[in-house]
Amino acid sequence: MVWYILRRLLQLIPVFFGATLLIYFMVFALPGDPIAALAGDRGLNPAVIAQLRAHYHLDQPFIIQYLIYLRGIFTGDLGTSFSGQPVSQILAATFPVTLRLTILAVIIESAAGILIGLVSGLRKGKLFDASALVVSLIMISIPIFVIAFVSQFIFGIKLAWAPPTVSEGAPWGDLILPAFVLATVSFAYIVRLTRASVIENLSEDFVRTATAKGLSRRRVIRVHILRNSMIPVVTYIGTDFGTLIVGATVTEGIFNVPGVGRTLYQAIIRGEAPTVVSFVTVMVIIYVVFNLLIDLLYGLLDPRIRYAK
Amino acid sequence: MKIKRWVAISAVVAAGAMVLAGCSAGASPTPTSTSSTAVITVNGSEPQNPLIPTNTNETGGGKITDNIFAGLVYYKADGSPVNDVAESIKTTDAQNYTIKIKPGLKFTNGEAVTAKSFVDAWQYGALFSNKQLNSYFFESIQGFSYDKDSPLTGLKVVDSTTFTVALVDKEADFPLRLGYTAFMPLPAVAFKDMTAFGASPIGNGPYKIKSPTAWQHNVKIDLVVNPAYTGPRKPKNGGLSIIFYATEDAAYAELQSGSLDVLDSVPNTDLANYTTDFPGRTVNQPAAIFQSFTIPSNLAHFTGAEGKLRRQAISMAVNRDQITKVIFQGTRTPATDFTSPVIAGYSKNLPGSGVLKYNPTEAKKAWAAADAISPWTGSFQIAYNADGGHQAWVDAVTNSIKNTLGIDSSGAPYPTFAQFRTVITNRTIKTAFRTGWQADYPALFNFLGPLYATKAGSNDGDYSSAAFDALLKQGQAQTDVASANKLFQKAQGVLLADLPVVPLWYSNVTGAYGKTVSNVKFGWNSVPIYTDISKG
Repeated sequence: MVWYILRRLLQLIPVFFGATLLIYFMVFALPGDPIAALAGDRGLNPAVIAQLRAHYHLDQPFIIQYLIYLRGIFTGDLGTSFSGQPVSQILAATFPVTLRLTILAVIIESAAGILIGLVSGLRKGKLFDASALVVSLIMISIPIFVIAFVSQFIFGIKLAWAPPTVSEGAPWGDLILPAFVLATVSFAYIVRLTRASVIENLSEDFVRTATAKGLSRRRVIRVHILRNSMIPVVTYIGTDFGTLIVGATVTEGIFNVPGVGRTLYQAIIRGEAPTVVSFVTVMVIIYVVFNLLIDLLYGLLDPRIRYAK
Repeated sequence: MKIKRWVAISAVVAAGAMVLAGCSAGASPTPTSTSSTAVITVNGSEPQNPLIPTNTNETGGGKITDNIFAGLVYYKADGSPVNDVAESIKTTDAQNYTIKIKPGLKFTNGEAVTAKSFVDAWQYGALFSNKQLNSYFFESIQGFSYDKDSPLTGLKVVDSTTFTVALVDKEADFPLRLGYTAFMPLPAVAFKDMTAFGASPIGNGPYKIKSPTAWQHNVKIDLVVNPAYTGPRKPKNGGLSIIFYATEDAAYAELQSGSLDVLDSVPNTDLANYTTDFPGRTVNQPAAIFQSFTIPSNLAHFTGAEGKLRRQAISMAVNRDQITKVIFQGTRTPATDFTSPVIAGYSKNLPGSGVLKYNPTEAKKAWAAADAISPWTGSFQIAYNADGGHQAWVDAVTNSIKNTLGIDSSGAPYPTFAQFRTVITNRTIKTAFRTGWQADYPALFNFLGPLYATKAGSNDGDYSSAAFDALLKQGQAQTDVASANKLFQKAQGVLLADLPVVPLWYSNVTGAYGKTVSNVKFGWNSVPIYTDISKG
């Protein structure tokens, strides 16, 4: 088990180099000159532009720029944004916010999703099941920005239950509405996954055995059906955690959450390579670590799964 | 209403189905303080550069620096300059200026504002190796160099409240420039560590940053009233909280919920409904932005006498009133000259400005007269960058030309702004193309000199007229703005005859504000005059 974890962690090293190199290259290849963008429509004197390019090493060939960046990382310097703020500071300010948002969203989607999915599966074909399927279909098909704008309008402006955008410091209360929005699509998938898995397990031999042994229905559902149905669901929630941290750009923009997605979007627009690469690299690492955690969770859920040395 | 009706209806359906059981976050109570100490909440964006005046060239940072620094002059809502720190700005020849500042003024750290504070700041901003984005503002001062470190020899400190400026050439509008961000004074502490200063600047303006860490990156910046400020811009409120929004839509939603007080740009999607959302509390006025399309001077059929006729015909074939109303929902103002209504010296009825009015009969007549000189062949195209939302109006303009003159006319899109500018800069473009100009400071010359003077930096159409150049030069040699503006208006008469560009309209600024604030006015540069706003 320890060896397994170590081996997986060692895999992080090539992933790190591969990801930074690839992302750095992509930012490098972005059309448009970030310094020209900095100057605006009016344009700057060529001499000033050349000087600024030299300052940000933009006049160097790609591989040199990348090596300069790598050297910075190993000396604890992730570079600075054009506004003069160290990237490490930006990371420290934004990741906790997005993490909180994601945790809230995952709690909401898994609690509601598993519960409704379970009931749906147990009452297959009944009214509850049919309506849950219809609702989840609607939620999957509405684009997230529509859900975001509409709930911002209804709950934030008309009913004033929640502030329409997140205020400074991103308190938990402010994050509830965006978390609900963020949770909607995954919630629908979790309902469907849980439902399918529960229906499959209902006809398994061990369920029949357990019922025949005279176990209470409650215990059969909790220990024998639910636990066995959780394996695909946990996989989904785990990858979703990574996706939400990375992909909350739209929701963060609409609710003005000072998190990762919004900051990354602005950095891409401005062509700030150090910010973009550092952010994406941290995202990649989070993704990899989460995948590892999920794999380990399987072992807990299903004792039959063992990791070899 | 923020969202179109059909979306709202489908929303109710979705929301009902969403099992969004009670999401309670406790609506924040609206703060209702009724004193002049109430803080005004306004929208902004994360400054792209450190808060150093000579390095701030975009509105996100400019909104902050203009309020925490006080320059020699400031601009009233109509763009006219009023002395702020300056006691007097004098010249006898429009080339050598003597500037006296008011005694006894202080930066927020207690340091005195002296002539040296200005001279040192300008020297810093102009020095090549300091790579300041606004360095070009100092190019007209003697000693300036674009490619090596060279001190501004034209700046001399006479005594603690007097300094002199010697320009390379006569420039009547130099005093008009002095309210721009680049010309702010800096305290001595700034030059010790400019990076630290840029993160928490020390100014002399009506406001100051609330604390050294008031700039919360990507979130907001808090400004409080600077008690040491004694100038004419004394704030009528207790401070500013500038919130950085990722999108205009987010800011608009906040304004609707009442937690934002003043919004200075209404998102396009809300232009149809913002006047009903905020009845009587909206702003829609021209900005210092001039839009046109340029017909290059060497374009076939557009040279000589034939060209003059064709240019007039095309200008009179564009129905500006209708296009600004239909395409832009009234957020553009049809052009009547080459400048902007927020600039002193703007004119509605210059002699010859009839060519800027829609007149199909005259347009057809002029076009036919040109055909008599040399018959028209081909298509009249207007190039634009497809990434800037220009297609709708270009299509409308070319349709207007097509329908009036009965010729083939269409838009010619380039994918990106960068590609578009490249073909213009290297002069390979063989069609007309869209052009726009935003003034840096409220002066007529700023709309004319850089664009139409022979070989000027932004003269993309290579226009050249000896008569126009002479009038500009004459105007710049005046020592008072009013007589200079008369000559600049005369110079525009030359432009109206030649039409190197076809003026279209001035962009408007659109804003809205909440019930709790009053006296919201927008300045010439489209930014609200925050110091005058009161709340409660």
